[in-house]
Amino acid sequence: MTTTDAAPPRAEGRGPDDQRGWHFNSPLVLTLLLLGAVVVQDPIRRVLAEPVMQSWMTVFVAVMVQALPFLVLGVLLSAVIAVFVPPSFFARALPARPALAVPVAGMAGAVLPGCECASVPVAGALVRRGVTPAAALAFLLSAPAINPIVLTATAVAFPGEPRMVLARFVASLVVACVMGWLWQRVGRADWLRPPSRPGAEGLGRGAAFWGSVRHDVMHAGGFLVVGAMAAATLKAVVPAAWLGMAADNPVVAVLALAVLAVLLSICSEADAFVAASLTQFSLTARLTFLVVGPMIDLKLFAMQTATFGREFAVRFAPATFALAVLVSVLVGAVLL
Amino acid sequence: MNRQAQAAVLFLTGGSILHAGLTDLYLRYVKAGLRPLLLAAGVVLIATAVATVWYERRSARSLTPAADSAPAADSAPATDSAPAADPAPATDSAPATDRATAPAASSETDGAHDSVHDYAHDSAHAHHEPRIAWLLVLPLLALILVAPPALGSYSAMRTGTALQEQPWGFSALPAGDPVRLSLVDYAGRAAYDKGHSLDGRRIRIAGFVALDRDGSPYLVRMALNCCAADAQPVKIGLTGRTPPVLQPDAWLEVTGTYTAKRTRDPVNNGVIPFFEVTEARPVEAPRDPYDESWNG
Repeated sequence: MTTTDAAPPRAEGRGPDDQRGWHFNSPLVLTLLLLGAVVVQDPIRRVLAEPVMQSWMTVFVAVMVQALPFLVLGVLLSAVIAVFVPPSFFARALPARPALAVPVAGMAGAVLPGCECASVPVAGALVRRGVTPAAALAFLLSAPAINPIVLTATAVAFPGEPRMVLARFVASLVVACVMGWLWQRVGRADWLRPPSRPGAEGLGRGAAFWGSVRHDVMHAGGFLVVGAMAAATLKAVVPAAWLGMAADNPVVAVLALAVLAVLLSICSEADAFVAASLTQFSLTARLTFLVVGPMIDLKLFAMQTATFGREFAVRFAPATFALAVLVSVLVGAVLL
Repeated sequence: MNRQAQAAVLFLTGGSILHAGLTDLYLRYVKAGLRPLLLAAGVVLIATAVATVWYERRSARSLTPAADSAPAADSAPATDSAPAADPAPATDSAPATDRATAPAASSETDGAHDSVHDYAHDSAHAHHEPRIAWLLVLPLLALILVAPPALGSYSAMRTGTALQEQPWGFSALPAGDPVRLSLVDYAGRAAYDKGHSLDGRRIRIAGFVALDRDGSPYLVRMALNCCAADAQPVKIGLTGRTPPVLQPDAWLEVTGTYTAKRTRDPVNNGVIPFFEVTEARPVEAPRDPYDESWNG
């Protein structure tokens, strides 16, 4: 019956152009776009020669180039989960009770060697594979923050402060688990509305695998561009001197670095070095920066919207932000 | 964006990442250690593009009989499949689909397949081929056409110096006269070792020029941990016989000695040590424009 449902809009098309909408011509549009850019590249270059534009472009390209390998890694993993790992595996691997599955999934985040760009598609695949959303979300939040690469980078960046590594690990894991439990209690399934994907039924495994890779790269990659543009704008346009003023008040300092972590959207493997350089801020404020950044930032928000739907992202992101700030302050008060 | 266009974007993105990774272009944007990952990502993206085209064509062929039999079930696809064949020739213009460019004979099956395939799997999805994916063209254009330069004096003067005390102390200076030091090494010794290890030695360091608002010259290296988004400057002030005309962003090799003079960075109040220049000459930018010594 789907055929009859889908048929009318197509049958109404008068010519081939109306029939498929403008995207039917997308290869042509793409070619024209590329050709056009080549033709007018000299004027474009002149505009882009301004230092502020150059700096913007460099940061923009840098965020993309840096994130792409990790995005590809995450997308491959997610395609493997989606195509080759049977749902029964997760049923056996995770405790049946969601309340227990959450911390287990949170700890499992420690083994995904990558940054946040990799964890979003993997968490998306887990949800589609029938893993309790609460557990998948705990994994989504913990994986970029507590894996060995990130913790090692933190230790290197804070050579005199080994407690910083411990504080980051504890605070990130606590936030991930609490968010998981919170979702289990108050989350509603209809908030999770992943945008429809190409169906994998009836396709061979190879076709399903590469279809998943293609779709995820194009989709999450497009949102990654949005995040990269936001981060580049912040880095190139907003004066760093504003931060100095915020450092004096302890409360403002924590909030300022939390907001900065969201805006900067730095890879979680590098954020410790940036935090270390913010020497005018307290250790607790810098811990907040390290806990908030891998869990929610502009780039991640865009990618979460892509993977789980807008309804989800607008609720999940502010809750994560508030909880991450709160837990960081508490852990900072105890450990630092 | 339909699948052919997606394949083209994937192919071009993979190709430009490979190109950046195989030349030194990538060093303008990310740390050297990312190179194997970049190359792998480029290969995967190209493989995805090829696989997309391959499966599109294969399923087109295998679904052709279904398209023929479709009218029996419903008359709508029949009226649809004929005009739908037209879209296929548009693929000829997609740059990366050369190998996949449907020959005239199969263009009709492509179109027919699209409709059948959409009905079978994507009836709700047809409108959702990710339109956001068009944004991926932007970094592509930026990387292929512009290839923006490494961060320079503009970013350096907007950001506070990132000089930090190293807890493991300072080893003795290597032999040589003048002794070649990295700018970050000199700045660390000058600021936190009170110049003890530098006393009485002629030193040679390289960096790019940046001028503050008053026009006083600084020599800067951007230090990088992962990518240019986290790059931070380490600055030293130049004093003594500095060249009369200094062009921001020009690379300079200066020879001279330690001086106790220092100042504070107005941006973050960090320490900026000075360097007493006796001799300066312009040099080429190094292969890796960023200082990565903090990466260990």
